[in-house]
Amino acid sequence: MKRRIGLGLCAIAFAAAPAAAQDTTVVERGGGVRIGITYQPGVRPGMLILGGERGTALDSARTIIARDLNYSDEFEMIALPLGDSLTLRIRPPEGDGATGSFVPFVNYALYAALGADFAVNVHREADSGVVVTLYDVQGDVVRRELRIPNLDPEARGFRLRVHRIADEIVRAVTGVPGVAATQILFINAGRIYRVDFDGHTVEGLSTPGINAMSPTWAPDGRHAVFTEFLDNGQGSLYLLDLDTGRRQVIPPTVGTLNYAPEFSPDGTTLAFTRSDGEGTDIYTYNLADECCLQRLTVGGFSDNLSPTYSPDGRRIAYVSTRPGYTQIYIMGSDGTGQELFAPFQYGVSGESHAPEWSPDGLNIAFDRYVSKVSQVFLMDVGNLVVRQLTSLGRNTDPTWAPDARHIAFVSSRTGSNQVWIIDMETGRVRQLTRLGEARLPAWSPRIAERTN
Amino acid sequence: MRHTLPISAGLFVIVIAAACGGGPPPPPPGPDPDSLAAAQAEEQQVRDSIAAEQAVRDSVQRDSQRIVAEERRVREDSLASVREETNNVRDLLARRVHFDFDRSNIGTDDAAILDEKLAVLQRNPDLRIRVTGHCDERGSDEYNLALGNRRALAAKRYLTDRGIAESRIATSSMGEERPIAMGANEGAWGQNRRDEFTIISGGGTLKMPGM
Repeated sequence: MKRRIGLGLCAIAFAAAPAAAQDTTVVERGGGVRIGITYQPGVRPGMLILGGERGTALDSARTIIARDLNYSDEFEMIALPLGDSLTLRIRPPEGDGATGSFVPFVNYALYAALGADFAVNVHREADSGVVVTLYDVQGDVVRRELRIPNLDPEARGFRLRVHRIADEIVRAVTGVPGVAATQILFINAGRIYRVDFDGHTVEGLSTPGINAMSPTWAPDGRHAVFTEFLDNGQGSLYLLDLDTGRRQVIPPTVGTLNYAPEFSPDGTTLAFTRSDGEGTDIYTYNLADECCLQRLTVGGFSDNLSPTYSPDGRRIAYVSTRPGYTQIYIMGSDGTGQELFAPFQYGVSGESHAPEWSPDGLNIAFDRYVSKVSQVFLMDVGNLVVRQLTSLGRNTDPTWAPDARHIAFVSSRTGSNQVWIIDMETGRVRQLTRLGEARLPAWSPRIAERTN
Repeated sequence: MRHTLPISAGLFVIVIAAACGGGPPPPPPGPDPDSLAAAQAEEQQVRDSIAAEQAVRDSVQRDSQRIVAEERRVREDSLASVREETNNVRDLLARRVHFDFDRSNIGTDDAAILDEKLAVLQRNPDLRIRVTGHCDERGSDEYNLALGNRRALAAKRYLTDRGIAESRIATSSMGEERPIAMGANEGAWGQNRRDEFTIISGGGTLKMPGM
């Protein structure tokens, strides 16, 4: 199939390159950005990563970008049987070797013949440091040129800088940036860990030996909130500065058991779950003004937990045991208008947990019992249609990437609980963590470059 | 055996005293052997009386020591019995209550266990306890915190419904974070779905109900 596409594109490239523009379908993605590429559903553009000159920074950058573009699931990555065969792409202009300058010769026809719609070249220029060039093979043009000055593979933040370049390449092709410059928090053996989008740089963050749970990201990508357990069954929420490692307790959460926190999209308010002598209910606290603890639900004999904000901040989906059965509920972010959200059918709908609203607002991911095993589900917020995403092993605790198309979740499919990532458009799945066990993943927003 | 010891020790003292009397230093050369003998006899008499007195004093001392030891023993016996009673009550308190999967209602067997705790709380008005709910590893990690809390509250409600003051029972939940049995089978899960009961205060000395 892949080969046929390649040949087809090849034929277009050779025979009818000008005519191809007329066949181009305009695809609306990411809030009305118009992209003029041939992009049929289910057929991903071919992406070729060119070989070339070597060097520590170049090689790492090339490897990271290639992996990121692959993990973006936007492209059909073209693997060459001879890795460096395309180093021929650059040659000195004939008869003009005296200047010593190399003029890139971009062999569009060859790339097209290999099935590429796009090609990426990572090279070094004397003045600019590392330059990453995206070629539009179909259009015979340079689509984008990205410069990374002073790229030092040993420097802190090197990988994130390269990930951001990969995200820009995705943006240049699709109109929406990739999510390579993101990280995922999760729990391993009671400790909070952070891992990059590509599974690299696994780092323990919270104090070893203290049971931590429920990590969640602040919208600024620089802070996280999590629960730290005491042995008497109480747990407070802590605000963690991810740059300095400094953490501070959130005052109204001392002396009771508080967990499953989530920030409002504007970052001012924290919604969380509290279990105490009155049961389990959802509270909000204004972190920005350090005031106004508010109780949103009064469960009585039912429990209400795991709040998740809609991206406009106006609604909160959560879990309630009110029907005698754990289900997804919805309310206003002030606690008004509480009602069952996911339609419920006896004997069909299993117990449902851990909802998370997608960043585009269109879906809620959650896990639900099916034949006594949890699976990850999606519910379309518009028409309330529910569909099952996973079926292999036990799958729980979905968390959205900022692109609203990837979901990380916990799966037991290989025997131990690990974090996996699924792409909802292609169905591709990959394993993110390989520790003893991992749970409660939380996907970050895009992590911006620190300006300070 | 306990009684023979002081007596035989007393005799021993007398024997030693007599033995000393039997071996005096050689008398100085004197003009009158009779007066010498009389003096020796008198000396002997004095010694004997001192020894006897000593023996009596020793015996009295021993008797009083014995009485003190006896009193201490009795006191310790009663302390030990108080301690034992306290430990027995603690064992009663520590008995766990178990639950069905994803449930927090108290079953009949577990109600009997809670009735024991009810009696303990009634008999020991200063006692304050904490009930901590636990879950098996199945189900959502965060949901299990809520479920554990509900299980703790179910036990608390059972006790407060029967007259125990709310303030005497604290509750908390550890969700699935502290399993006591490992393994992905019903045997382990059943043990892990539980309430644990610990003493917060007033548990120094505990009285057994009905005693």
